[in-house]
Amino acid sequence: MNMETTTQAIRPEAAASSTGPADCVIEAKHLDLTFETNDGPVHALKDVSLEINKGDFVSFIGPSGCGKTTFLRCIAALETPTGGSLSVNGMTPDEARRNRAYGYVFQAAGLYPWRTIAKNIKLPLEIMGYSKAEQEKRVQQVLELVELSGFGGKFPWQLSGGMQQRASIARALAFDADILLMDEPFGALDEIVRDHLNEQLLKLWARTNKTIGFVTHSIPEAVYLSTKIVVMSPRPGRIHDVIDSTLPKERPLDIRDSPEFIEIAHRVREGLRAGHADD
Amino acid sequence: MKSLVAVLSVLAAIIAFWYAACVPMNIKGVLDAAERAGAEVTPATPKARRDMSEVGLVATNTFAIGDTWVQERPRLPAPHQVAVELWKTTVEKKITSKRSLIYHAQVTLSATLLGFAIGTGLGILLAVGIVHSRVMDMSVMPWAIVSQTIPIIALAPMIIVVLYSIGVQGIIPKAVISAYLSFFPVVVGMVKGLRAPDSMQLDLLKTYSASTSQGFWKLRLPSSMPYLFASLKIGIAASLVGAIVGELPTGAVAGLGARLLAGSYYGQTVQIWSALFAAAILAAALVALLGLIEKLVLNRMGVRA
Repeated sequence: MNMETTTQAIRPEAAASSTGPADCVIEAKHLDLTFETNDGPVHALKDVSLEINKGDFVSFIGPSGCGKTTFLRCIAALETPTGGSLSVNGMTPDEARRNRAYGYVFQAAGLYPWRTIAKNIKLPLEIMGYSKAEQEKRVQQVLELVELSGFGGKFPWQLSGGMQQRASIARALAFDADILLMDEPFGALDEIVRDHLNEQLLKLWARTNKTIGFVTHSIPEAVYLSTKIVVMSPRPGRIHDVIDSTLPKERPLDIRDSPEFIEIAHRVREGLRAGHADD
Repeated sequence: MKSLVAVLSVLAAIIAFWYAACVPMNIKGVLDAAERAGAEVTPATPKARRDMSEVGLVATNTFAIGDTWVQERPRLPAPHQVAVELWKTTVEKKITSKRSLIYHAQVTLSATLLGFAIGTGLGILLAVGIVHSRVMDMSVMPWAIVSQTIPIIALAPMIIVVLYSIGVQGIIPKAVISAYLSFFPVVVGMVKGLRAPDSMQLDLLKTYSASTSQGFWKLRLPSSMPYLFASLKIGIAASLVGAIVGELPTGAVAGLGARLLAGSYYGQTVQIWSALFAAAILAAALVALLGLIEKLVLNRMGVRA
């Protein structure tokens, strides 16, 4: 797909300055992040080390306060770690951000109510200075990708919550970032819509070959989607377990009833329980 | 339909109260005139009547009630007197006439609009500065608030004198006073509006590594529109007050303020009240016009009706 070819054109230094192993996209070593609050320091992240390879679908799961969102925000350079090292595409997170290395999907769709869906998707493209023709082309492309073709002219309030979230994913896909960071994107949606969106997300991941970091509360969601599941535990926020999924890349919804799926889910649940037990 | 009945009931109640209030307010004048005309009045002399309550006078001289609504120079003119005066000085007078309220309104309106434009422009500029600079936030905002605690009636003559001494007169001093009153609601509203985007929306722009100016044009400014219009509606009414106040200390010969002043010099209460109503109608029309523009703009921005 031509999205891939333009990637290289826009970020030549990304490829050039890459030092780690060729397929390691995100590398965290002994990452610490301490927030100073009025009640004393809060250890949001402690000694977090993780490698994420190109094309991985990595889920971060854990109870509130385990630092999963904070870690994602560190990758996105929306938070600054207080210790350890973190590289994204071989750069510091802030350089990666300025090189537009990733698309970020928030828990709420956060579409601008005064822009149509198509204009919302154009927002990053306008900011990044794409030509008008290119903007049009990409909007059509990503609308199709999230199955919203024909809705470009609608305003956000005319769409359901699930459709709005799909539009926000489309917005994050519109420019050539090969990392997609998603912070509980389906958290506010009901179970049925969620299943459907999970299925679509997997298809989209297969088609675009992006590296995805995905924060979730839901065990089935994490197991169904991921190639790698990072189980985190709170106080201080740290990685408890990293599970490499043995499920095949092709995953119909009913794979969730297979013994393999249930076994992985069991291990995640055990990890979450153990993480809680040791405080 | 139901609300129309309610609205008309309230209006009728106000008018009824007004007519009722005219009776005690005007009764002494009416009785003095009646006595001079040779009518039987109780008590018979102005001196005796002076110490009586108005309500008591009405009770002992019920024949005079009708006359309290048709006096030439009443203390409180009746609604129809004001309405007739308004009609005579608008529809029945040429616009160029010095007695036409439309002529006077237009003089005040031009100062109002100029002042409103200056005030709004200044208000938006200050708000942009305040939102983007901590130093401005801390240094400008307190002064903007303090500026509004000084009564404009005290400040207006000084503004006019100072501007006159440097050779500025005519419409400009009035517009400056207008602007002084109207910039404040715009500053407050726009600061609030430009800060309306939540941290998630600001983070989103950060992930695009958008510049500050891109953030302003694409997020902050559109987010502030509803706040801006609310402020503009307050601002335009304040502008009109400013322009009228600006006409008072100069002894201006034209404008609604001049009309008010002339009315009070010559005891022309009907003229005062009709000028007041003209100002109120003008303000209502300006606010309504802004409401219409707001609707068009927000509609274009896709806001649900």
